[in-house]
Amino acid sequence: MPLQNMRGALRLLLIIFVFVAGVWVQASGTIEELLFYLPDVKYLVGQHLWLTVMSGGLAILVAIPLGIVLSRPSMAHLAESVMQVLNVGTTIPTLAVLALSMSFLGIGTLPAVFGLFVATLLPITRNTYAGLKGVSPALREAASGIGMAPLQRLFKVELPNALYVIFAGIRTALTINVGTVPLAFLIGAGGLGELIFTGIDLYDPLMMLAGAIPTALLAISVDALIATTAFAVVPRGVNPSRA
Amino acid sequence: MIRLDNLTKVFDTPKGAVTAADQITMEVPAGEICILLGPSGCGKTTSLKMINRIIRPTSGKVFINGEDTTGLNTQELRRNIGYVIQQIGLFPNMTIEENISVVPKLLGWDKTRYKERARELMRMIALEPDAFLKRYPSELSGGQQQRIGVARALAADPPVMLMDEPFGAIDPINRAVIQDEFLKMQQDLKKTIMFVSHDIDEAIKMGDHIAIFRAGRLEQYSRPDELLANPKDEFVESFLGEDRALKRLNLVKVRDLASENVATVLPEEDLQTALNRMDDHGYPGSIMMVNDRHQPVGVVQRPVAQTTKGYCRDHFETVPTMARLDDDLRKVASLMFAHDMTWLPCVDDNGRLCGQITQRAITHHLGSRYRVQQAETIAEV
Ligand SMILES: Nc1ncnc2c1ncn2[C@@H]1O[C@H](COP(=O)(O)OP(=O)(O)OP(=O)(O)O)[C@@H](O)[C@H]1O
Ligand SMILES: [Mg+2]
Repeated sequence: MPLQNMRGALRLLLIIFVFVAGVWVQASGTIEELLFYLPDVKYLVGQHLWLTVMSGGLAILVAIPLGIVLSRPSMAHLAESVMQVLNVGTTIPTLAVLALSMSFLGIGTLPAVFGLFVATLLPITRNTYAGLKGVSPALREAASGIGMAPLQRLFKVELPNALYVIFAGIRTALTINVGTVPLAFLIGAGGLGELIFTGIDLYDPLMMLAGAIPTALLAISVDALIATTAFAVVPRGVNPSRA
Repeated sequence: MIRLDNLTKVFDTPKGAVTAADQITMEVPAGEICILLGPSGCGKTTSLKMINRIIRPTSGKVFINGEDTTGLNTQELRRNIGYVIQQIGLFPNMTIEENISVVPKLLGWDKTRYKERARELMRMIALEPDAFLKRYPSELSGGQQQRIGVARALAADPPVMLMDEPFGAIDPINRAVIQDEFLKMQQDLKKTIMFVSHDIDEAIKMGDHIAIFRAGRLEQYSRPDELLANPKDEFVESFLGEDRALKRLNLVKVRDLASENVATVLPEEDLQTALNRMDDHGYPGSIMMVNDRHQPVGVVQRPVAQTTKGYCRDHFETVPTMARLDDDLRKVASLMFAHDMTWLPCVDDNGRLCGQITQRAITHHLGSRYRVQQAETIAEV
């Protein structure tokens, strides 16, 4: 009970804060000034999303098959070392990845997509691999013993049972991706980073906010979208959120 | 029919080779249940899994219905063998209906056919189709899941079944119920079944044959009664337990030992007649009284008949307990002990008296094997 009271109190405080902030913003004319950037924002959101969809989509297309291949018993000797490399890869900051990719591929969309792709690839591969490895040996034995061929087993038993974990990976990866796209501006790929970084350079907080707020909203929406998809797609029997 | 021919499995482990199955040769006749029994780690599961090639044999062959399975395609082979794994292994991502329909779908049945089959199987395992088919495995109790596991293995009506401790996860009471249901099904289905267990009572109840394993070797392969009466060596003997003679009681039905002629009296006969009849048949203590449909209604005691004049209908006691023809001797013995009786009246399905069973007949039956054995030994000497 005390915990719930506390939560209630916090929520109330938050609502009051948002309200006061809203009143202040309205009174000071900030909203109008922000709306000034609306046409820019619209265009840049499009660019931003495009970067996310390209890099994220490619990452999903590559990462899931990669995770599947690594999880096959015949790959067991290689899989652990590849996963180690991927794990080390995750620790490299995205900015550094982008910088590296720029030094190979030059300036523009291509190096940005590639850098983002690399950063997004890792969590999805890791979760796909871990999800498949986590399917209980008893299920695999039952599937084989019943007469499923290896591919049938993969698609009918292993993937569905790993799906929840795979989706969790996609969710983390894409949310991070959306939040990282602003950095792509630094290597000339556009996106909402244009407003954020220019705002910082010009010491114009409103311009910066005009980029930052949509970025945050995009990240939240992408997260919600994937969560909803997972809820709908993952079968009820293996979906903890539907249990 | 399943025939194992010198089936051997050697596992290479870091600590050296482990022979999990050592030249297993045995044959399970079509339509029979063979129980693989033995202590933990003796190679039961390994032997079972070599039949559907979950484990590749190191050497030796498996024949099913006379055909060497070595040349068969692995998936084809497995689809024709029902497999119940020890850990149940229902697919959590599929509904019960989908779980049961997996093999029929693999075999390319059409939808109406496998759906109808799923309902039929649910009725067979005594679970209400409408209530369960759309559920997921996580929404079932352990015992219900285990039944679904059996239903899934039966789905495509395979002639051969492999079952690895299929009722292991169920409490003793429900296990007995499921065993009974399964035996009833088996009477109609007549599958050839290999069944792993480490419960001797289960083995005796379910098995047509029992194979006792010890450290990868097949020690004894016999029918249950033979096994209990003539364990081959000390290992088998100690594994069966010192009460093995009592365990044999499970295997014999009242109908096998009941003596058919049993003298009775009618309610309207007098006590003197009752006394005479007891003397004629040598009944030391009492005689049954039956009604006109030959159903037992009471017992007339000898002391009463000796000291009293009158009709049986006025001087009887209630029948303490009776045996049915399909009861096993274990139950009968238990009833006799509980009621301090040396004999029980036997009734058929209509409740009509059709014989009696005596403690003497039971002990005689248990001892007869022993006497035959003795006689043979003496003859050999
Ligand atoms: N994959 C394996 N690698 C190495 N040794 C194994 C392997 N599988 C089984 N064994 C060994 O083979 C022997 C027989 O194992 P098996 O699983 O057939 O026993 P079991 O009779 O089924 O026992 P339980 O009643 O405990 O299930 C054991 O000594 C076990 O350690
Ligand atoms: Mg076992």
